[in-house]
Amino acid sequence: MNLDFSPEDEAFRLEARAFLAEAYPTELRARQERGETLGREDFLSWHHALAKKGWVAPSWPVEFGGTGWTPTQKYIWKDELARIDAVRIMPFGVTMLAPVLFMFGTEAQKQRFLPPIYRGEEWWCQGYSEPGAGSDLANLRTRAERIKGEDGAEYYLVNGQKTWTTYAQYADWGFFLVRTDPDAKPQAGISFLLIDMKTPGVTVRPIVTLDGGREVNDVFLDNVKVPIENRVFEENQGWTVAKALLTHERTDIAGVANSKRALEKLKAIAAAEPSDAGGPLLGDAQFRRKIAELEIDLTALEYTELRMLAEESRGKGPGAESSILKIKGSEIQQRLTELALEAVGANGAADRSEGAHNQPVGPDYARDRAALYFNTRKTTIYGGSNEIQRNIIAKAVLGL
Amino acid sequence: MDFSFTDEQSMLRDTVAAYLADHYTIEQRRAATAEAGWRPQVWRAFAEELGILGAAFPEDLGGLGGGAVENLVIMEAFGKALVVEPYLGTVVIGGGFLKHSDHPRAAELIGRIIAGETVIALAYAEPQGRYNPAAVTTTARRDGAGYVLNGHKAAVAGGPWATHLIVTARTAGGPRDAEGISVFLVEKDAAGLTTTDYAVVDGSRSSEVGLQDVKVGPEALVGPADHGLPLVEKVLDEAIAATCAEACGVQRKLVDGTVEYTRQRRQFGQPISNFQALQHRMADMFVEMEQSVSMTLMATLKLADDAARPAAVAAAKVRVGKACTFVGQSAIQLHGGMGMTDEMAIGHYFKRATLIEQAFGDTAYQLTRYERLAFD
Repeated sequence: MNLDFSPEDEAFRLEARAFLAEAYPTELRARQERGETLGREDFLSWHHALAKKGWVAPSWPVEFGGTGWTPTQKYIWKDELARIDAVRIMPFGVTMLAPVLFMFGTEAQKQRFLPPIYRGEEWWCQGYSEPGAGSDLANLRTRAERIKGEDGAEYYLVNGQKTWTTYAQYADWGFFLVRTDPDAKPQAGISFLLIDMKTPGVTVRPIVTLDGGREVNDVFLDNVKVPIENRVFEENQGWTVAKALLTHERTDIAGVANSKRALEKLKAIAAAEPSDAGGPLLGDAQFRRKIAELEIDLTALEYTELRMLAEESRGKGPGAESSILKIKGSEIQQRLTELALEAVGANGAADRSEGAHNQPVGPDYARDRAALYFNTRKTTIYGGSNEIQRNIIAKAVLGL
Repeated sequence: MDFSFTDEQSMLRDTVAAYLADHYTIEQRRAATAEAGWRPQVWRAFAEELGILGAAFPEDLGGLGGGAVENLVIMEAFGKALVVEPYLGTVVIGGGFLKHSDHPRAAELIGRIIAGETVIALAYAEPQGRYNPAAVTTTARRDGAGYVLNGHKAAVAGGPWATHLIVTARTAGGPRDAEGISVFLVEKDAAGLTTTDYAVVDGSRSSEVGLQDVKVGPEALVGPADHGLPLVEKVLDEAIAATCAEACGVQRKLVDGTVEYTRQRRQFGQPISNFQALQHRMADMFVEMEQSVSMTLMATLKLADDAARPAAVAAAKVRVGKACTFVGQSAIQLHGGMGMTDEMAIGHYFKRATLIEQAFGDTAYQLTRYERLAFD
């Protein structure tokens, strides 16, 4: 038992750090520093740089472009990415759909869809939640009927509504859960379809969120024709696929590296902000205590994740214990934004959302603090709400 | 990075667990704590039958070559059985002082510890000092080659069972100065040393210790004269890590016991474990326990790194202490009225968890310490 990084790991860290210093897009860096809202091309510019290096999908099988890194190396990589505030690689294709295709896809589906995902040529979105199917996802109603066309070939005719679809406005393709057998039990009649977002009948409508952002959308599906070969795995077996995907969605949900970086920034803010009594806010006994407790909680989360990574490298896949990472990771992310907003005080109140009458007020670091706080309320809701995670622990771990 | 136990460590854990399953049921413990408090025959079994008292000592001092991880393995197992016998005071603390100092008799004294003959208790706290190990007013005055000790030591855990005390005393400086503290190994039957023994709510025993003109020879000094505080802090950190390991065992029993009880207990025509309000509370207990395990491993593995150790241990104690409170209180709540009874084991785990939260500095104390180490 030891906490040491091997010499190979240390060498890898240096290699990663050198690559990032050289390859991170300068235009993207400048836009981030100006606090601009990032869009499709911004995210893709970084994706393309990583794809060129061969590091965009570390967890994929090596023959498809994975790096073959150990769990420790992946941990180091995330740490280094956070250190430079790299924008995230959109997970929908690389970390959500791709593992599903590796597990359940046909050879033709792999050949067709994986290379453009890797190269960042096709943007994916996720069509899971519906107005009536959130935590109770299996209650989804979007209907896919098997129809025979005039040419004699069969296709699915899809009708329904999906919601909370992140970046659907940028998406070329979406993976959707649809009901193919309305008479079966809820979980038994679902199929997993890949839908071209340019298909007639697909309409995307933005949902404006509390922070003024437009990341999530409603997606309306009105008589959308989908070829049968775009179904992944068996008809009516989509729930199996969905569950596998949710496990992958949970594995990196702890967000330790990013939270460590956010904590550094919070401390810098608290060192720069004045306290009521004079001197830095970081010297204020109450605020200092809040940061100390948060930092300790983050350390506990980090070592919990490291323990699970160690298990993983010994061949044990992520189990229901990953719900711990979701619960604690999301709570810590929220607490970080809450304390940052608290730290900047009244300067945090200026509305910086698009279309607001915004004027630059206060120090740069105060910018976006309220928006981030409001936006981060989502973390305990998405990816299986924290209440659902507690259900999972109760059932799958405690056997209740 | 590796969090796995060696085969030897796994075997040690299994050996201890098997022995305790036979000899340390809650009923056997209850009978013992009602009388002498501990069972010398259990201690002898640790020394002879199990041979575990040497597990954490290096081979050149007569041990089996282990260290902090062996202490963790043993203490976690002891937590599960609520063992009161003074492994912490004797091996972790007494042995810790001896193995970190170049005391001329270290090997001989450690040999006696391993044989089960020497039992040690730590007398560092004082009535006015709360948890601060530098708050020492007990004095050690030079007397020829030796020293004369005077003062009052409080809350000496395992004091009644000890053959020797580790006593911190001031050889120089003012009441809270970091400098001027020295450490002494004192035989408990030394002239002028008096004890008032008392029972502790977790089933263990402690002593108040009076020192009136207690004469000790030069060999009683452990570690450097006047500059003993870093050694005290190092050994206390090792004791905290070991206590965190014990807490992991205690919390595991609190979680498992609560899950089991709620499955048996029926209300409204069904097991109360069916109710989501209770399930979520138990899920939170589980999450807290897992965080305790993570922090205990982290702190244990950083004990040898003197730069990282203090903040790591303080952080672990904070997280484990909070978890002790939450898991303990939740366990009682979910047991309902039965949780309030002395009859059920769960309350005894809660009591131990409660005292662990305080041990060697409670959550507030360790938070302040952490802030000083991490932010200043």
